[in-house]
Amino acid sequence: MAELTTAVRATPTPPRTVRTSAALPGTRRARRYWLVLIGLALLAAAFGIALVVWDNPMPVGTAGFWRIVALRSKNVLVMLIVAFCQAMATVAFQTVTTNRIVTPSILGFESLYVAVQTGAIYLLGATGLTMLTGVPQFIGQIVLMVGLAVALYGWLLSGKHGNLHVLLLIGIIIGAGLGSVSTFLQRLLTPSEFDLLTARLFGSISSADADYLPIAVPLAAGAGLLLWRRARRLNVMALGRDVTTGLGLNHRRELVVVLVLVAVLMATSTALVGPMTFLGFLVATLAYQFADTHDHRHVLPVAVLTGFVVLSGAYFVMKNLFYAQGVVSIIIELVGGVTFLVVILRKGRL
Amino acid sequence: MITLDGVRKDYTSEVRIGPVDLAIPAGGITALIGPNGAGKSTLLTLIGRLLGLDAGTIEIAGYDVARTRSKDLAKVVSVLRQENHFITRLTVRQLVAFGRFPHSKGRLTAVDEEMISQAIDFFELADLEGRYLDELSGGQRQRAYVAMVLCQDTEFVLLDEPLNNLDMRHSVQMMKHLHRAAAELGRTIVIVLHDVNFASHYADYICAVKDGAVVEFGPCAQVMTAPVLTEVFDTPVQVIDGPNGPLAVYY
Repeated sequence: MAELTTAVRATPTPPRTVRTSAALPGTRRARRYWLVLIGLALLAAAFGIALVVWDNPMPVGTAGFWRIVALRSKNVLVMLIVAFCQAMATVAFQTVTTNRIVTPSILGFESLYVAVQTGAIYLLGATGLTMLTGVPQFIGQIVLMVGLAVALYGWLLSGKHGNLHVLLLIGIIIGAGLGSVSTFLQRLLTPSEFDLLTARLFGSISSADADYLPIAVPLAAGAGLLLWRRARRLNVMALGRDVTTGLGLNHRRELVVVLVLVAVLMATSTALVGPMTFLGFLVATLAYQFADTHDHRHVLPVAVLTGFVVLSGAYFVMKNLFYAQGVVSIIIELVGGVTFLVVILRKGRL
Repeated sequence: MITLDGVRKDYTSEVRIGPVDLAIPAGGITALIGPNGAGKSTLLTLIGRLLGLDAGTIEIAGYDVARTRSKDLAKVVSVLRQENHFITRLTVRQLVAFGRFPHSKGRLTAVDEEMISQAIDFFELADLEGRYLDELSGGQRQRAYVAMVLCQDTEFVLLDEPLNNLDMRHSVQMMKHLHRAAAELGRTIVIVLHDVNFASHYADYICAVKDGAVVEFGPCAQVMTAPVLTEVFDTPVQVIDGPNGPLAVYY
């Protein structure tokens, strides 16, 4: 045993004792992974609790204190759903498209959301926005977004020359088209209407209504569970179409199933709080850096926890430092972007 | 055995493969040779069901490739394409382990780990098994890919130009490994080769392909003749008696 320990110290890479194909070969890497996971979980818990109890004006333990806690818990739950949806969807999407720099927003979810909001305020004035709030409208937006995505997949992936890259390209074009229509309509708005609209187009946690949660939670959990059950197949999908087929998976079917699940997750998140694309991209990239493995069963939990830490951290800073609660996408893009660049430049690879 | 019956694949009205009728016997190495663009790789990908047929049928050991479920075929035939680039960062061992997916669905058992070790040792990759693929030379990486396909433990193995990017020494080693796999493990290996002399020395059968059709198929001696090779490659080829069998000279 003594010789073995010195041997480990002497050589840069520890010698194998047991030959294993585990996702995290070697005890050192396994330990590092679990430390990262536990660290993220503790950080997530800390931010979650801080958000609920920090700066609570009522004395601890009184009825008022608990009422404020209950109110704030809603926001924490919303953040959990958004982090979960964005992280799971982006990781899975990057895997099935075998591309680490795209995000599901390429399929036009967010442009559609922006177009619906802009269209409503343009056609109906400021009252239009209030008409877009409410449980049926929330469901309607999700159905619209998922519908668009599924129609696109069904049309483009079922044909003989069905091609993922064509699908992505058409997604970009639809997104750009909807985006320019929205920009045009926004030019025609009055300044006060435009001001109202802008507030809606930043990803904002507080804009989520508690009434939406009974719909959003099962949708996110259900789609997430189905993705999790496919985690091992996702590992194969990441190797591309030919290898996937060679290893006996029906590539097209897997692709469509995963893309539909991604659509459900993205639509839920976007309808709940608005555009939050950068979060997904940031979280997916950081998760691969933190987890340092290809295995989705290891990457996905890290991604979800990272997402929640980033989101709740940004919310905490916004609320308690800048007193601009809700609008978290600004700070995520600022701080997250810098973090992202630092991590990538230090490691030198995606 | 692999049988192709009236196999056709149309790209445009001028560019098409087939109709091809071919029966590749079980056991040994069959080499597909031919000029660039002849359709060797297409034929291989058709057999490996990576590409759909436009007409005809392909049967591997009695399984109709178009109708058998992909997951059942994955236990009969394995296929490696020429270009392999993965976004995921894998160690050699993790890559080879994917070969067990058709059998274990990603839940590796002790038996799987044993098979993985065997495949790695077979290609003399044991010292490299913990290394990442992006830390390997082209030859080592190519060996790792072939080890993964062999680890799939299928009776039929289809390889598209596995000697690509390999130098003389590594090409010879790769062919020796494959020859051993065919002889010792009883695999049927179908391989696309560019170098006629490699085909002549290591393969048991040669299939010459030109303009999407099979020109000649048979034991090496039958195909390794000056008239056949000259016609297939559209360039003057002489065949001389070398120290280790017939040798094509074309320069």
